[in-house]
Parts: sequence; structure tokens; C-alpha cells
Amino acid sequence: MNEQMILAGLIGMAFGWSLERAGLGDAEKLAGQFYLRDFTVVKVMFTAILTAMLGLFWLGRLGVIDLAAIYVPQTWLLPQIAGGLIFGFGFVLSGLCPGTSCVAAATGRGDGLAAVAGLFMGVLGTGLAWPWIAGFADSTARGAFTLAELTGLPYGVVVAAITVLGIAAFVGLERFERRA
Amino acid sequence: MRPYANPYLAGVGLGLVLLAAFVLAGQGLGASGAFAEVASATVKAVAPKAGGNAWFESYLSGGAPWSAWIVLELTGVILGGALSAVLAGRFRLQVARGPSLGVTPRLLMAAAGGVVMGVGAVLARGCTSGQALTGGALLSVGSWAFMIAVFAGGYATAPLLRRLWS
Repeated sequence: MNEQMILAGLIGMAFGWSLERAGLGDAEKLAGQFYLRDFTVVKVMFTAILTAMLGLFWLGRLGVIDLAAIYVPQTWLLPQIAGGLIFGFGFVLSGLCPGTSCVAAATGRGDGLAAVAGLFMGVLGTGLAWPWIAGFADSTARGAFTLAELTGLPYGVVVAAITVLGIAAFVGLERFERRA
Repeated sequence: MRPYANPYLAGVGLGLVLLAAFVLAGQGLGASGAFAEVASATVKAVAPKAGGNAWFESYLSGGAPWSAWIVLELTGVILGGALSAVLAGRFRLQVARGPSLGVTPRLLMAAAGGVVMGVGAVLARGCTSGQALTGGALLSVGSWAFMIAVFAGGYATAPLLRRLWS
């Protein structure tokens, strides 16, 4: 066990704790997002994205951290759009996603355990099929590619725009919920 | 049983956890990657000579799967989730399901949804954790495309699956 291994466990625990506290181990709550009954998923997810995005931006700007040292997930545009559409269907079917299915299972829910088992089979099966799907899955590769690079706008402007859009979305959502 | 936290407060908490991962570990959070690690190790254990599959190989270069960062992280997720539920009096053996769905169909649907998400996560190189949350905060184009596609796919198919949840 080294420091990074202990850190991985601790960060994971805080992650699982946060998901459970928000109620994201409950499939009915997550599925409610897709029937406009419960907006916990979007509220938690976008608040978390805004928080981490702003934190990263300011820590980088103040010179506390070197942003270049952080791994940016790479872009494969078409496979990620196709994967997202497929994933969205599975999300409604199970009412859970990979992280939340683990939380569901860990909090005593049999449906969480079933989703975890299914996920393992799906990942294993798709991995075995890789030689046949690699042509598509490796297509439209753009490497580490950010919205700032896509739009040509400065990093700070993109961060500000997403923050404004996010807060506007929250205000709209609260209004919609009060009316419903 | 205590009620769940305010979603915005929980979101700020989750965002700070994600930020801590970026600052302390140089990478964000993930979930489906741990399934990929374990699946790759399983294939290697069952058929050590079946090599040549570039996708499994990409997960086998880093040593034992139980020492992989993301496997330890997801183990932490399970422990942290369980601990939080126990302390809040929310740990209960149950099957969460829509009001008109039986237990067995619900378990089958949950497993089927898992399989489908597994396919999507392999194609997309990540899930709602590693792509949407992590890549979203890092402004990755592919992650935002994935996130929008997940909601599009979900909202497009939800009307067909209404019987599961109402």
C-alpha cells in the first residue's frame, strides 16, 4: 500500500458518501429525472461540475496547482455520442448508472447488485467484441480536446459561460418544479 | 431514517470531492473503469494466451487490477456509500422498483440496463463519473458530447419504458 492507494480509497469513500447523502442510491429517484418528477440527478451533477470547474480554474489562476498535470479524458467524438445514447437507454432501464449502482448495492438494494452484475457482463462482452468494433470505437479521435480549444474562446470565458448557463438552468428548474 | 441532503449542497460536496481528486491524485473520479480493469484481469486469468485484444491489453499494463487506482476508488465508493446509509439509518435490504413492477422483472431490467450501460461505457471510454462529472469539469469536448447524448438517449427512450417506473 502506498500513499496513492490509500488516497484512492479515501476519495472513493467520500464519493460514495456524497452519492448516498444525495439519495442517488435510489433507482426510483434517478429514474424520476427522465419522467420530470425528480431533478436530483441534474441538480447534484451540475452543481458538482460547476464547483469542481470553478475550483480548478481559480486554483490554476492563483498558481496553487498546475492544470497541465491533470489528466483530461480524451475525445473520440462519434463513439462517445453513440455510447452516450446507448448508455442513456440503459440508465432508464436500470434507473442507475455505474457509480450509483455500486452505492445502491452497498446500501442493501438487490436491484443495485443486479445492475452491477449486468455492467460487468456488458463491459466484458463489449471488450471481447473489440476487434470488430475498434474501427468505429477508435474513429474521430481528437486527443485531449477542450471546449476552449473547440470555440477558440479563453478558458475563463468558457468557465464563466457554463457557470451562467448552469445557474440559469437551476433557476428555470426551480420555477418548473414550483409550478408542477 | 433521515431525509436525504439538499441536492445543491450535496452537489457542492461532490464537487469538492472531485476537486480534491484532481488536486491530490491528478485525475478525477470514475466507476466503469474499475469494471474494465476487473474484466480485463478476468480474461487474462481464464485465457492467458488469448492476447491480442487491444482493449483488454490497455488495462493490463498497469499491474494487478486490485492495486489499480480506480478499483481502489470504487471499493471506497462501496464502503463510503454503505457507511453513509448505516449512519443515516437508511441501510435496508430491499429492491427499489416502480410501483407496478414485480421484484423479478425489476431485477432482470436492472441487469439488462447494466449490460446496455456496459456497452455504452466501453464505446464512450467512461460513464457518468469518468466522462460526465470528471470530463465535464475539465471541459472535455467528448465528455460534454457524451453527457448530452446520455440525456438525449434517456429522454428519447423513457416514454417507451414508462411501465417500469409508474
